[in-house]
Amino acid sequence: MHTLYTWVFEPGFFSNAPVHAAALIGGVVAVVSAVVGVFTVMRGQSFGGHALSDVSAAGGSGALLIGLNPLLGFVGLGIVGGGVMDMIGVRRVRGRDLATGIVLGAAIGLSALFLYLDTTSGATTGATQQILFGSIFTIPSGTIWFVAIFSVISLASIAAGWRPLLLSTVSTDIAAARGVPVRLVGLLYMLALAVSVGLSSLAVGAVLSTALLIGPAAAALRLTTRLGWTLAVACLVGVGATWLGILLAYDSYYWGSGHRGLPVSFFIVAVVFITYLLSGLPAARASRRGAAPPGLRSEKRGTSDERRGKAAPSGAPEASGKTERAGDTACSRVS
Amino acid sequence: MFAGFMMNTWLVATIVAPVAGVVGFFVVLRGSAFPAHAIPKGAFAGAAGASLLGISTLAGLAVFSVLGALGIGSLGRRGRHDVTTALWLVMMLALGAAFLSRTTQYEPEIYSLLFGEVLGVSATQILPVAALGLVCIAAVTVLYRPLMLSSVVPEIAEAKGVRSYRMEICFLLVVALATAMTVPVVGALLIFSLMIGPPAAARSFTDRPGLAMLLSVAIALITVWAAIVGSYLYNWPVGFFVGVLGAFSYGIGRAWAAWRRSRTTPHAVSQLRPAIDRG
Repeated sequence: MHTLYTWVFEPGFFSNAPVHAAALIGGVVAVVSAVVGVFTVMRGQSFGGHALSDVSAAGGSGALLIGLNPLLGFVGLGIVGGGVMDMIGVRRVRGRDLATGIVLGAAIGLSALFLYLDTTSGATTGATQQILFGSIFTIPSGTIWFVAIFSVISLASIAAGWRPLLLSTVSTDIAAARGVPVRLVGLLYMLALAVSVGLSSLAVGAVLSTALLIGPAAAALRLTTRLGWTLAVACLVGVGATWLGILLAYDSYYWGSGHRGLPVSFFIVAVVFITYLLSGLPAARASRRGAAPPGLRSEKRGTSDERRGKAAPSGAPEASGKTERAGDTACSRVS
Repeated sequence: MFAGFMMNTWLVATIVAPVAGVVGFFVVLRGSAFPAHAIPKGAFAGAAGASLLGISTLAGLAVFSVLGALGIGSLGRRGRHDVTTALWLVMMLALGAAFLSRTTQYEPEIYSLLFGEVLGVSATQILPVAALGLVCIAAVTVLYRPLMLSSVVPEIAEAKGVRSYRMEICFLLVVALATAMTVPVVGALLIFSLMIGPPAAARSFTDRPGLAMLLSVAIALITVWAAIVGSYLYNWPVGFFVGVLGAFSYGIGRAWAAWRRSRTTPHAVSQLRPAIDRG
């Protein structure tokens, strides 16, 4: 029994201070990302969510250069980038793709410059790796308070616009017809997204930020149809993957003889990715059991569209039958 | 600026830009900016893996960019495109992080893979780059009609027997090849800017596909050449100039389109115009 225990939790796992900090911050970031991510996936803005992590990385490297707290750079430029994307045209699907791409391209150029100046000025070694991949184990302890504050801001702005946000996510047209200020709600959501992405890019690196934003939410949306459950499952998957990843990374130090260890982001992303793949199994089985004769391609596509339609929340207010159908088209248009 | 050691750079850049301009034209047309960003970025992991195994970087890049194209294409068939692209990308990047943690790669080398290095182009790189470029252009030429059809009117293409899934995979493979060849010069991250900025700008100048493609190649060439000059003069990374100039050319395109619209079209049509432009 004891050997099994030490095999799972290598010695010192529970008494290690960096592990505590990583588990705490990782957990908070995972929850915020999961909640924001559910909306990101439903709105079809995964590209925007990922692009913002690169945009905020440019801000972070710029802040390093002028000696500011990187977190301010991360969140600040993230908000600016989100605003510009919204301005160029994030609302239409095609235009959104292009607008995101243009902002992303410019931001990568900027971070190329900033990182170059960072490395040549010699003030910081390993800046490239730190900004791009981050490490959850090397978070300075003072960051925890910033993380807490920005998490609250992000979650609060989602909560403040809850119902209009939900309605305009399911169907922009219905929301606009009902008098919801769609543009304003979109901006509010962009703010929440930028803050949460900037926060997680700093805390866990740009790679993990996208993984925690999209992965748990997408998996949850494939597993459940009720919005409440979706949020709960997404948070659970996010936090579970983060903690499991931290445990595996800690243990990996003892694998083999090299005592090198593998990066924690690798394990977290791997767990998230596998969870997403597994989450497709129930729906795939259901559609295989479903009536569609194998020869009819259009028939098959119909059922998969239905499945997507189901992923839209049924908790949307009042006109539920109509909303569901609108959600259906909204989702298929997005995909 | 035109000294012997710079000639390789000029040559490779001049090969790279047209390919990026042509492939990028379809990227913008199909609205697949995300895959076009994800494939090069994910291919970076291949370069890290190649340096771990001690094989050629170009081979690592090619393998991983093809892997990325296939993964994004086939996963995107089941789930939502943007979601699966994001997840496949982070998975490849995570592998890259794992590879990097195993190597004792010197930081500037990682940096130049990501953001490009003007002076890093050696004579031995020219031949593979030119060969890959030719393959890319040839592939686009062969696929031109069905690809154009399935990009603009997917329903009609499907009715005419062009399988959109197969087209998507073919197109992503072309993007993957273009990626592998361009990474050594402009870097894994900036090839994306080169595939988005110039074509997007070109499209706002003209609606005719052939002309837009030529224009896109021309803008891409100007962008790359200007970037090399800037990088040479100021000693700043070439990627910075490529990224900023790409966005800048798009800004000019948008401004020009807005100006032309306000001058030539009556008010009612000008309001419809954006919807028509975006299809």
